[in-house]
Formats: sequence, C-alpha cells, structure tokens
Amino acid sequence: MAPTDLTDLTGRIGEITASDAALRRFLHGLPGVDQVGADARAADLASRSIKTTAKATALDLAISMIDLTTLEGMDTPGKVRGLCAKAMRPDPMDPTTPPVAAICVYNDLVGVAKEALRDSGVKVAAVATAFPSGRASLDVKLLDTGDAVAAGADEIDMVIDRGAFLTGRYLDVFDEIVAVKAACGTAHLKVILETGELQTYDNVRRASWLAMLAGGDFIKTSTGKIEPAATTPVTLVMLQAVRDFREATGRQVGVKAAGGIRTSKDAIRYLVLVNEIVGEEWLDPDWFRLGASSVLNDLLMQRTKLATGRYSGPDYFTLD
Amino acid sequence: MGTVFEYAPAPESRAVVTLRPSYGLFIDGAFVEPADGSAFATVNPATEEVLAEVGEAGAADVDRAVKAARRAYTRTWSRMSGRERGKYLFRIARIIQERARELAVLETLDNGKPIRESRDVDVPLVAAHFFYYAGWADKLDHAGFGPDPRPLGVAAQVIPWNFPLLMLSWKIAPALAAGNTVVLKPAETTPLTALLFAEICQQADLPPGVVNIVTGAGRTGQSLVEHPDVDKVAFTGSTEVGRLIARAVAGSRKKVTLELGGKAANIVFDDAPVDQAVEGIVRGVFFNQGHVCCAGTRLLVQESVADEVLRSLKRRLGTLRLGDPMDKNTDIGAINSAVQLERIEAMSMVGEAEGAQRWSAPCALPDRGYWFPPTVFTGVSQVHRIAREEIFGPVLSVLTFRTPKEALAKANNTPYGLSAGVWTDKGSRILYMAQHLRAGVVWANTFNHFDPTSPFGGYKESGYGREGGRHGLEAYLDV
Amino acid sequence: MSRLDVRKTYKLYVGGAFPRSESGRSYQVTDAKGRFLANAALASRKDARDAVVAARKAFPGWSGATAYNRGQVLYRVAEVMEGRRDQFAAEVAAAEGRTVARARSAVEAAIDRLVWYAGWSDKVAQVAGSANPVAGPFFNFSVPEPTGVVAVVAPQRSALLGLVSVVAPAVVTGNTAVVLASQTMPLPAVTFGEVLATSDVPGGVVNILTGQVAEVAPWLASHMDVNGIDLTGAGLDAADLEAAAAENLKRVRRPAGPDTDWAADPGTGPMLAFLETKTVWHPVGL
Repeated sequence: MAPTDLTDLTGRIGEITASDAALRRFLHGLPGVDQVGADARAADLASRSIKTTAKATALDLAISMIDLTTLEGMDTPGKVRGLCAKAMRPDPMDPTTPPVAAICVYNDLVGVAKEALRDSGVKVAAVATAFPSGRASLDVKLLDTGDAVAAGADEIDMVIDRGAFLTGRYLDVFDEIVAVKAACGTAHLKVILETGELQTYDNVRRASWLAMLAGGDFIKTSTGKIEPAATTPVTLVMLQAVRDFREATGRQVGVKAAGGIRTSKDAIRYLVLVNEIVGEEWLDPDWFRLGASSVLNDLLMQRTKLATGRYSGPDYFTLD
Repeated sequence: MGTVFEYAPAPESRAVVTLRPSYGLFIDGAFVEPADGSAFATVNPATEEVLAEVGEAGAADVDRAVKAARRAYTRTWSRMSGRERGKYLFRIARIIQERARELAVLETLDNGKPIRESRDVDVPLVAAHFFYYAGWADKLDHAGFGPDPRPLGVAAQVIPWNFPLLMLSWKIAPALAAGNTVVLKPAETTPLTALLFAEICQQADLPPGVVNIVTGAGRTGQSLVEHPDVDKVAFTGSTEVGRLIARAVAGSRKKVTLELGGKAANIVFDDAPVDQAVEGIVRGVFFNQGHVCCAGTRLLVQESVADEVLRSLKRRLGTLRLGDPMDKNTDIGAINSAVQLERIEAMSMVGEAEGAQRWSAPCALPDRGYWFPPTVFTGVSQVHRIAREEIFGPVLSVLTFRTPKEALAKANNTPYGLSAGVWTDKGSRILYMAQHLRAGVVWANTFNHFDPTSPFGGYKESGYGREGGRHGLEAYLDV
Repeated sequence: MSRLDVRKTYKLYVGGAFPRSESGRSYQVTDAKGRFLANAALASRKDARDAVVAARKAFPGWSGATAYNRGQVLYRVAEVMEGRRDQFAAEVAAAEGRTVARARSAVEAAIDRLVWYAGWSDKVAQVAGSANPVAGPFFNFSVPEPTGVVAVVAPQRSALLGLVSVVAPAVVTGNTAVVLASQTMPLPAVTFGEVLATSDVPGGVVNILTGQVAEVAPWLASHMDVNGIDLTGAGLDAADLEAAAAENLKRVRRPAGPDTDWAADPGTGPMLAFLETKTVWHPVGL
C-alpha cells in the first residue's frame, strides 16, 4: 500500500471520512510502528537523569498536570469534596505547591465538584459515554454527556467503541466522536482509546488519528480500569501522532496518560517523553495531563525531600 | 530543546576510579616497566587533560610477553580442563559486573564516549561476552568443529580505540575459552580499561601469562603480529593496516582474523516504520560519535519518502544532547583524538567541495576537547568520496533510490562489506535484501545491535573471520 | 554441657514457598545405617496437583526470559550452592552413606554440573537449531523450544548430583519442573530447594516434592497439564508410568540404568529430551 499522503490534510478530511473504505485506506496507510523500536526508544528516554533544579521543575509541572481522579462505585459527595480540597491545595504545609489541573469524576458528582472548586481554576472533568466499557447506544452516550455538561463539566472524557474499532468499523467510531464532540459544546473533549485493549501500536496510532480527525481536543490512553493502562511506549506513539497531526493540519491536540502512574519517577519519565518527542509547546497542563491519584502524594513527598534534604514518610501527607 | 524543562547537569562521579600517574605493561601476571623506559600520555578527549602515562612496549617487551604467553600455554592453560578454564572466565565475567561502574567511568574518561553508552552498552556487553564464552570452554566438542578441537597456541591481538573494553572482550574471551593464551595491544589513545582489566585478571587469580597486555602504538602492534612465536593474529582496525598485516603474515602458519572498515548502507523503503527508521538511522551513524566500523554511514532512502524522512531526521538530530561525556544525559560525546577530528573535518570539506549540501545539528560545541556536531550531507551520489570512504565520525551521507534492485546495486557498490540495514514492513523484502546484500551483518528494522551469541565480521575489504557466537570459536581453534 | 541443636523442618518447595504437605503427613528419613535423621513431608496427589499449577504459572515468564538471563540465574544457583558446600556434604554423606570427603566431591560435581548447564542456556539453540537450505525462495529455520511443564522422578541413589543432573537440563532450556525427590534420601533435595529460593530462580520454576514414588508419580504421569516426564528415578514403576504418560503423549525420558555414573559427561541428551523443534518458513522476494 502506498504511504498515506498527509499534505493539505485539512481540506481533505471530508473526503477521507466519506466512507468506511476511505477512512480505512487512510488509517492503514499511516506508517507502521515497529514495536521493538518503539519500546527501545521509550526505555532509552526513561534513562534520562533528572536532578536538582530540573527535578524541582518537573515535580511542580507534574503536579500541575494531574487530573486527580476518583472513579469508584462507592464515590460520595464527601469523598469528592475531600479530593477537591486536595486538588486546590495539595500540600497544606507548603503554599508554593501548585494546584492540580483538574478533578476527574463520574458525571453525577460534577455538581459537587464544581461547587467545591468554585473559582480556584481547577477544572472538572467528567467521564461519560457509558464509561468505562462504552457499551451503550449513542443516544444514551449523548444523554450521559449532556448531563455532565449541564452540571458544569469543563472537560468530558469519553471512551471510544473498541468493539467497533477492532472490527474495522472506523466510521462508526468516527461518527460517534463527532456526535459527542457536538454535545460537549464548549467543554473540551478527551477521547479515551483504551490502548490496553487495542494491543498493537499500529492500532494506537490509527485510533489516535481517528480521534483527532473527529475533533477530539485530547487523546487519552486509558480508563484506568484495564491492564495495561498507560505505558511510556504507548504514550510515545500517541505523542508522535499529535506531533504529526499538527504538522499536517496546524491543529494542536493534547495527550493524557492515565492509569499506572504511581511514582514521581514514573511521572517524570512522561515529562521527558513530552519534552523530547513533541517539545515544550506541549509541556503545559493545557496540552498534557496525567490521570492519576496516588502519584500526587509521592510527588509531594519528593518535593519535600528536595526542600528539606531528608526523606519524608506517608504520615506527613494527607490521605483524601 | 526548550527552556521550560531544562535538564540540570547530572555528572557521573569520577570518584569510583583511582587513576595512577603511570602504568606499566602487564606481563606474566605482573605490571612491569618497559625495558627502555619509554612512555606516552593518554588524554581525556573531552578536556584534553592528561589522564596518565603509559608504558610503551618495544620489541624486547613484546618478546617477553609472547614468551610468558607461550610458557603459560604450554605449562598451564592448554593442559587445564575446559571446565576449569570456563570457571576462570565466569569469575572474570562476575568481577566485570561487580566493577561495572568503575569500568564505565574509566572508559568514558579515556575514550570520550557518553557515560550512558559505556554504562548501558559497552560494559554490559563485555560481561555478557565473557559469560557466553565461559560456557563454551567445556563444550568445544559440541561446537561443530569435530570431536576434539585443539587451541592454536599464543594469540597476538591488536584492538582499536572505538570500543576499547568491548573489543578486548571480543578478542580475549573466545581465545581463552578455546585454550589459547594471549598478548593484547590496546590502542594508544585508549589503553586504560585494558590495564584495569589486567587487575581484574589478578583478582580472578588467572594464572600468570595467560593474559598479557602490552601498550603502545603502531610499532608495538607490528612487533607483536610479526613475532615468530605467535600462532594467531587477530586485528580490528583500519583496512589499510589490515592489508599490511595480511602481507606481513603471508607464508607463515599464523591463523588470521581481520575486522576492518566499512561504509554500510542503511536502506529505508517507503513502507518503513518511519519513527523507528529515524531512530535507527540515528543509532546507526551517531552511536559512539560514529566511531563504529559497521556504522550506517550511507543512508539510501526511497525517493518517494526522502523529504519526509529527512525532515524527521533533522528534527530528531536537533534533540541530541552533545557535551560532557560524563553527564548521564549526554547523547553525543567527544571525538576520540585530535588526529581523528582532523580527518573528519577534512572529509567534510571534501564533501562540500564535491557539491553535497552540508547540514549540522544546531548544538554548541565545548571550548576544550575534540568535538564535531552530528552532520548530514544531502545530494550525495555514488561518485562522491564521502559516499565511498570511511569517515569514522558523526557524518551521514544521504542518497536516494527508486527500486529495491537499485538500492541493492548501490549498497553493494563498495569495496567494503561489513554491515547493512533494511527498513520495511514487508518481511519477504527484508529477506530478499538480506540475501543479496554483500555484507557480514544485515540489520532489519534495527541497527547496531550486538550480542555475544551473534557472529560479526565482514565481506570483501571489511576483513575476514567472524567474532562472536559459535563461529567466533573457530577463529581460535585448529580446525 | 554442649549446646542443643536447633533442628530444621524439611518441607516441600512449591511455587517459591515451603509448605507442609496439605495432607498433614510426614515420614521418617534415616541415614544409610537406619538412624533417624528427620521427618520429611509426605506429599499427596493434591500437593502434586498444586505443584503442577505452580509450574504452569511460572512457565510463560521463565520460557520467555532471555537465554542469557536463565544462564545467569543457573550460575547464581551454583554460586549460592558453593557457599553451602559443607551443609550439602554432611547431608549427602548421611543420606548416601559416604565419607564426607566423597560426599564433598559429589557436591562439587553437582555445582560444576550447574555451571555446565548455565553455559548451555544460550548455546543449545546454536547446537540444536539450524538454518535449512530448502529448495525454493524461502527462508527456513528451526529453533528448539521448551515443551512446557516437565515432571521429574529424580534418581533414587544419588541424592544431590543425580537430582541436579535431571533438574538443571530440564529448566535451563525454559521448561518448568515438578520434581519428586529420592524417596529415601530427600533431605539434600529440600536444601537444594532452599538454594533455589535464594538464587533469583522465580517461584514455581522448580517445585520439589518429597514422598513415595508409587503414590505421587502416577498422578504426575497421568496429569493432562504436564508435557513431559523424566522417569530416571522411577525404577520398576517406569513402564506403567510411561504407559500413563501416553494419554496426552508426554515426552518421556526413560530411566537410567541402576549403575549410572552421575559424574560422567552427561552430553546433550537430557536437554534435548524436553525440547520441541519449531520450523519457520518465510518467502524471500521483492
């Protein structure tokens, strides 16, 4: 197959998405991803040594990029209020600590979060579209999205229909993203690819392009409910996709790595990837997010270590 | 790279290495002064600081070393069971692992290569090489060379400066496993890790004389390979010197392996995984500052994707971090010597004069030391000298092709034949190219990978004989 | 008055842990002269079943590890064993009724045997594999691969050297093993399990049962999730066990003769017994 032509892409999106066959031709014409090479590159970048001032910068940047998340059946208003307090002031002992980027909750708790966060600048993201499986009719997904938007969500994290994607019904996936995007109004749309279910990096690259062509503002690795969740090579492939998409269309799309990020070292590895694959234009909470919860306390602990010169312990950070 | 997230210096500590002001030769298990007291300095190419004085072995010293090796061969090593020889090699492998950081730091100081390469590539491969051949020592009759293969005797080994310790392991491990004793001459600009290796032999209680290290320049090497009592000559270095050696041993009973220069083609088809191909091109030619005989210095890219590949390549080269080799984030270190830097500069001038377009990655070069930025020549054709001659530096020549057969013809149109690369998603084409490339190693969708189990060596003027793997044993056995 | 010994409890080694038999049973182990040495766990069919589950669970990781890594692990086992030479020599001397000096040489041979097999890890494919010049535009190669879970009935009269000589070749190539130790001399095998547990060998790669061959071996021989069985120590039961193993066509290694010299060069046979050969065809073309 001839390689996909990416020149003057903006004007041709209608043509590319005119039929399943056309969309398939486009997505399958994207350059392949060699798994071994992608893994090696990610591993290579993971060996960067981030010390002293660079580490201080990275820790604060990572905190400011967190979507502090609770997505449990047992979530309550009380739990969400606690998380919001943490989001606005992660370390009550140190006011120089930046707030996180957003709180991420199910859509029935958006109102509670909005109220708790008020004008703090911390955004509210809601998972919608029958998260995490996405197994519902489009009508239900749009209602779900509408609920979240009506409750004041700033961002919608939707899941793609992986079943449709894996059976090659790319246009169904595309149309659904377009419809959800329309239902979002001014809210930003993050499109969850659930890369652990897509399995191959070729699929990750194709799904990334599909989500971007359909108008997603962010592409996001995972729901956090499936193993593996975010990995550095998957994120590397997605970063290469947003880089190439901007080159082809001029539009910049953000990336969110979600799930499996537990330590400061993990978080910093993602920042190194962003720094070296797409550069500083993405090194901003508007363009890169970390979907996580437990990593925040580890970042705070490392921050304290840098400030005091001694190791701290979990008793000195709040559990929310 | 941007300023939002600037990496702070992350220098590896030098404290792990104790440098002596001067080093003698390692003969018969002990460090001794050269007979005539000659010495030369070895410098850190990143700073031009003198690291140490090293003894320069003359013909008399070489003779002493060969005699020691002969004695050890006759009295001890050739009589020892393979099992016991293997256990010595396992010991050495373990000590290399234990002293890995020290070896990596010393290699970087003396050679100029980035610490992340010496730490993550060179030294682990060195240990792996000793492990691998340790296991062969008691299995020689299973190696496919007959029921009771015999060693050759005393091996004269001369190695280059690009991978000092790794080349030492490629030479010494199979030689010892097969039952030979050795006299090895490291390159004059990078003798220090070989001398530290001599200490490791002492720690392992290796019998005296089994390994001898004589330091010096070309003259020392010449005395060694021409010594009448050596049974085997193994050389890694330039084709020019390889030819001299081949002439010098003509008519003798010495068995010879030569691993020489190269001008490898790295062939990128239009269906290649582009991001990984770009990484492979970078790894192929900028790994170890291009001081790699199998480097993929000729990029042959299919015309239909040439612009895209070059754009991606230049963007990627812009992110390479050149500078202090001891910094853990440095990707490109120092050129090994002033002489080598001059050669790279001269060849680059030739490239420009011949009409190729020169592009260098935008990176600041340190004031002291020997440095050359990652450089790409486009608009190169087969007639250009930079497409034919080995530069041995971070310089890539880019040529284009239209069909697989044209790529093959251009790739093979060279007196060299060490390695080649192929990038395509199509398996049958990989194998077709591999079958028709006249090169000793073909990497497909990867480049510059090495493993002790995998034979390495060239076709044509890239030398003969193989190192590594089961085939690497043959070079040290009388078969 | 001299100090009173703190005696060791000899247990099974299954899935990286040291459980007692689920049956709660044990049996008395005596030295060559019939004097009591210790109580060993008397494994049941359920212990055998659990051991097979543990071995199966460990198989993907162990067979997927690089040959280099498996070699390093086996060499590590040899190193750790070297440090417990005296303990092994005493146990082997008691079990086999040898002098400590002769027992020591058996222990040293066992350690050297581990080193020998450690070296085979990344060479067996180079000796047993091949590139095949088929007549046509195809690239064709054959590689050995481990067969899976291997049950091993260890030699009855060589408590350590014999044991190591059947366990190491099975696992170095990537199989995982369920080993039934010598019935009357099981103690060195349990101590060997302790060495494995502290030598970077992943849990479940080697599982060691102590007990009666007649009771446990038939369950292993007939087990449908066992791929191969080494009957070296099965004695007179071997033919019945081999027949039981036929049900799922286990790869069978038949018993060695009663006067096997365990110190002799073992060759490659013990490894090849539990290797499959996989041949791959791929077209060559533009």
